[in-house]
Amino acid sequence: MSDESDLLTKINKVSLPIRIMHVCGTHERTISRYGMRDVLPSEIEVLSGPGCPVCVTTEREIDIAIELAMSGVILTSFGDMMRVPGSRGSLMEARSQGADVRMVYSIDDAITIAEKNPKSKVVFFAIGFETTAPINAAAILRGLPENFSLFVSHKLTPPAVLALIDEINIDAFIAPGHVCTIVGIHPYQQFADMGFPVVAAGFEAKDVLLSISMILEQMMSGDTIVENGYPRAVRNEGNTRAQEMMEQVFDISDAQWRGLGTIKGSGLSIRNEFADHDAALIFEDIIDKQVRDVSYDNVDTSLCRCANILKGREKPNDCALFGKRCTPETPVGSCMVSQEGMCHNWYRYRGL
Amino acid sequence: MGTNDKITMEHGAGGQSMQDLIGKMILGNITNRSAGTVGLDDLDDGATISLPDDMLGSSELVITTDSHVVDPLFFPGGDIGRLSVCGTINDLSVMGAIPLALTCAIIVREGFETASFERIMRSVDLASKEAGVPIVTGDTKTIQGDKLDSMIINTTGIGIASPVVRDNGLSPEDVIIITGNMGDHGIALLSHREGFDFETKLVSDVSPLNDLLRETLQFRAFEGNNAISAMKDPTRGGLASCINEIAQKSNVGIIIEEDSIPISEPVVAACEMLGLDPLEIANEGKAIIGVRPEYAQDVLDMLHSHKYGKNAAIVGKAVPEHRGKVLLRTSIGSLRQLPVPVGDPIPRVC
Repeated sequence: MSDESDLLTKINKVSLPIRIMHVCGTHERTISRYGMRDVLPSEIEVLSGPGCPVCVTTEREIDIAIELAMSGVILTSFGDMMRVPGSRGSLMEARSQGADVRMVYSIDDAITIAEKNPKSKVVFFAIGFETTAPINAAAILRGLPENFSLFVSHKLTPPAVLALIDEINIDAFIAPGHVCTIVGIHPYQQFADMGFPVVAAGFEAKDVLLSISMILEQMMSGDTIVENGYPRAVRNEGNTRAQEMMEQVFDISDAQWRGLGTIKGSGLSIRNEFADHDAALIFEDIIDKQVRDVSYDNVDTSLCRCANILKGREKPNDCALFGKRCTPETPVGSCMVSQEGMCHNWYRYRGL
Repeated sequence: MGTNDKITMEHGAGGQSMQDLIGKMILGNITNRSAGTVGLDDLDDGATISLPDDMLGSSELVITTDSHVVDPLFFPGGDIGRLSVCGTINDLSVMGAIPLALTCAIIVREGFETASFERIMRSVDLASKEAGVPIVTGDTKTIQGDKLDSMIINTTGIGIASPVVRDNGLSPEDVIIITGNMGDHGIALLSHREGFDFETKLVSDVSPLNDLLRETLQFRAFEGNNAISAMKDPTRGGLASCINEIAQKSNVGIIIEEDSIPISEPVVAACEMLGLDPLEIANEGKAIIGVRPEYAQDVLDMLHSHKYGKNAAIVGKAVPEHRGKVLLRTSIGSLRQLPVPVGDPIPRVC
């Protein structure tokens, strides 16, 4: 407790008008759960960038996962993907309609399901940033059962931030602690070079407050650098073994982000030598049909402000749908779908 | 929900989806729903049945029922047998009732091992003995293996209350007491089911509360006042769901002090790791009690002297503002809403 009050006192002393963007769903959860925006000086605004992998998974990818499950495949997925709606419902709804969708906590659980069901095809819906990608890469390198494949929707955070940099209205970044344990802090150097203070932060209230305080010090000194505010977990160079495994298994590819469109070099796809376990190739027919037959142009999200919210240009309350047509149970936009999205957290943990 | 929608797991998870299902599909279709002062409309932990005055005096007959499914059937600290006895006893107890007897109806799949069946029945017996509440009638059905995973146990209980304690009786200034650590049952179950290996063993809190709560009831009619204004057990949906229901039904605001909520270190650590909120996790041996402020310390002292109330704590109070809402004062001093959980807690990915 005293740590937090000391940091708040310090922040209040050196406060200045600033807009800080974090790019991690877990940071948003910490900030919202602690009601941090209410105790920070009002001139310090903390906004959520494209940092929740569940939120930015596209409707088409979810629809494909549902189609795969409906076709008789055992579809395994992380729990927080289950409630996220595609264009025609969520995986959870598909399960209640008879699809074999199973919630798992890791790719290892999914592999166990494949081993126990040798006659079925088992697909793992591989989502997440640089944190989950190396775990999946390691599993592929260890060798997978024949009936097991990955439907990969991995995304990379630094390229997405870079792609948005001209459009965003932001002064500084809190870098995601979990991602930095893998990639290190160097990928964020480019933003410091552009004049943005960057601090890698952990996930307790005191970690986030510390990073804000470090950012304010950088602003005052005028020197913008990448700092490690989470040294108990993050090494500056990251986890080089994990980085190597990712490179061995994945190619960098363009990726579609829900609410943001296609961003160059912001995704991962399975390299050809592991094609036997790439659901995108194994189930090409089902996926092609989905891509060919379903148009996503007419989905009525014209009022949805998610794209601007992810860019830090607007806040959830600026959106006419927020809390009315768009709630955690009936989400319209990507920021409301996951428990780590900014709109979701603003709605659930709203103040008075 | 529309006519083409289907039931999902969310509809039984204790959150908003379940409230919608109950409100529209159940209350919307059942028209004959009251036999006493507390009926189906009240959606309390149980109902009351009025008898002629000369039969019970000022007391009322209380009835409640609960069907129990749990995966896995055996978990650290208990099993489906103990759970199904305690769950119904606790629902009676938080209505201020002294439980008199239980029924036990079992639906089991073909192929279920008789050794496991017997183990569960022994556990039912142990819990019933501990609580001093007999099992007086029952029913058994078997179902084909492809229609049911393992076993469902329904227990119905009756008791006598004088007077009944409701979940809508909280007034401004009343103090909120919880009888022990939050989240033990749900986290113990989750980590056992998924094979998470935490350093400290997590054990479910499943236990009968009739003895503990009977003690608090002696404060009921102090100087003609009801010292206990509301009671409820925070099972599915945890403290968050339960306390919101009390605030809404009582039409008061409630302010909870986050730092004063008792939660064990292993549960905090597990929740931190899994991205779960301990306030949304199920308990099976805890009650939330609304107490008139002048009796709060006495009730707390009494709870502390009982083995199931050692970690009891005052966690907040009712206020005349923010009617129907629960606010949480966080450990960094901000005030935010404590929302009703949407459905079963789902661990996060990253």
